[in-house]
Amino acid sequence: MSTQVPKQKEAESPAEEESAPSVGKQRRDQAKAERRTAAEKQKEAAEKAKEAEDTYHIKVFRYDPEVEGKQEPRFDEFHVPFTKGMTVLDALMYARDHYDPSLTFRHSCRQAICGSDAFFVNGSQKLGCKTQLSELSEPVRIEPLPHQDVVKDLVVDMDHFYEQMHAIEPYFDPDELPDGELEEQRQTRENREKVKMSTRCIWCGACMSSCNIAAGDNQYLGPAAINKAYRFAMDEREGEARKQERLKIIEQEHGVWRCQTQFSCTEVCPKDIPLTEHIQELKREAVKSNLKFW
Amino acid sequence: MSQSYNRGLIEDFGRWREFSAGMWAWIFHKFTGWVLVGYLFTHIAVLSTALAGDAAYTNTIQTLESLLLVRILEVGLLAVAVFHILNGMRLLMVDLGIGLEAQDKSFYASLILTGAITVASVPTFIAGAF
Repeated sequence: MSTQVPKQKEAESPAEEESAPSVGKQRRDQAKAERRTAAEKQKEAAEKAKEAEDTYHIKVFRYDPEVEGKQEPRFDEFHVPFTKGMTVLDALMYARDHYDPSLTFRHSCRQAICGSDAFFVNGSQKLGCKTQLSELSEPVRIEPLPHQDVVKDLVVDMDHFYEQMHAIEPYFDPDELPDGELEEQRQTRENREKVKMSTRCIWCGACMSSCNIAAGDNQYLGPAAINKAYRFAMDEREGEARKQERLKIIEQEHGVWRCQTQFSCTEVCPKDIPLTEHIQELKREAVKSNLKFW
Repeated sequence: MSQSYNRGLIEDFGRWREFSAGMWAWIFHKFTGWVLVGYLFTHIAVLSTALAGDAAYTNTIQTLESLLLVRILEVGLLAVAVFHILNGMRLLMVDLGIGLEAQDKSFYASLILTGAITVASVPTFIAGAF
């Protein structure tokens, strides 16, 4: 099951073997035996898991440019014992902890807030920690996010995604600040409701990865960035001048107009943000601010 | 990390089984759009035979209508046009921000309506072709 490049286990020099068993050798022998039993245990565990009824069969994309034997991408298969409520991330962690410590993937909070573990699971972008194994058909195919460069195994290069996110200036920046230093900048309940869904973005990159247009046009801001722009452009506390500046960014050639309403992003968003709806609304805002009939 | 492995087009047409409703709507809309653009040229070509006189035009139309292939293509053309119109209305609603949560249902509805209208048109188009 383990996919590590086979280590040279009998690497000790013969000269050492000939000499009388020293304390050091005894210790080494012991360590070696332990290692061997650990490896055997690992193999046994894998075999047992395969035979047991309640296991999940996962196929994981593997690629490591730094190890010669792993430069050719391939799929590794693991049989993970299933426990109720197990997520895709749990299965990956089990496989890493019990079968192959070199299995690499990003994860942090395990509760769909950090946005680190977006994978391509059975052909659609999903958050590993939010996807129940029981909802998926076997074998569960786990790949890194499409349309992003793979760094290693399930880790993709997010630089481009972050660049697009920063391009829309994703921070609260009102025209006027209140006079008093401790004065609050209150938002109306209605306005909060309007931007509520858009604030839920966790920067996981699933939407960007699912978008065909973003795949073909590297300059396209992408659903996540436009959603972020929506969050601030629709915030009434920022003021009209700032809103116009924000609209200028998103109404450019590679801004909102690239969206062709395939709804792929809305479909995959793990936080259920109505991305297409927000993009469409910004399109209407852009038209409204440019069309003059007089 | 200096090098990274480029996987090319992952979500190409080979994954069509995993496409969602919105994706299919987009593909069909593009396809029917191009078919209609192509038809426009043949349409103008046929109509322009009228420049050579009434008889030439009548003759062209009669010859075309006597071909079984043309009759079948006409059914296809109707299907393509009806889908493009219905999905176009769906996209209009999407652009207006109306009923975005039902966009997949409206796509299925336009598919079913297209099918029904096409089937209903078959007797009209095929009548007398055999």
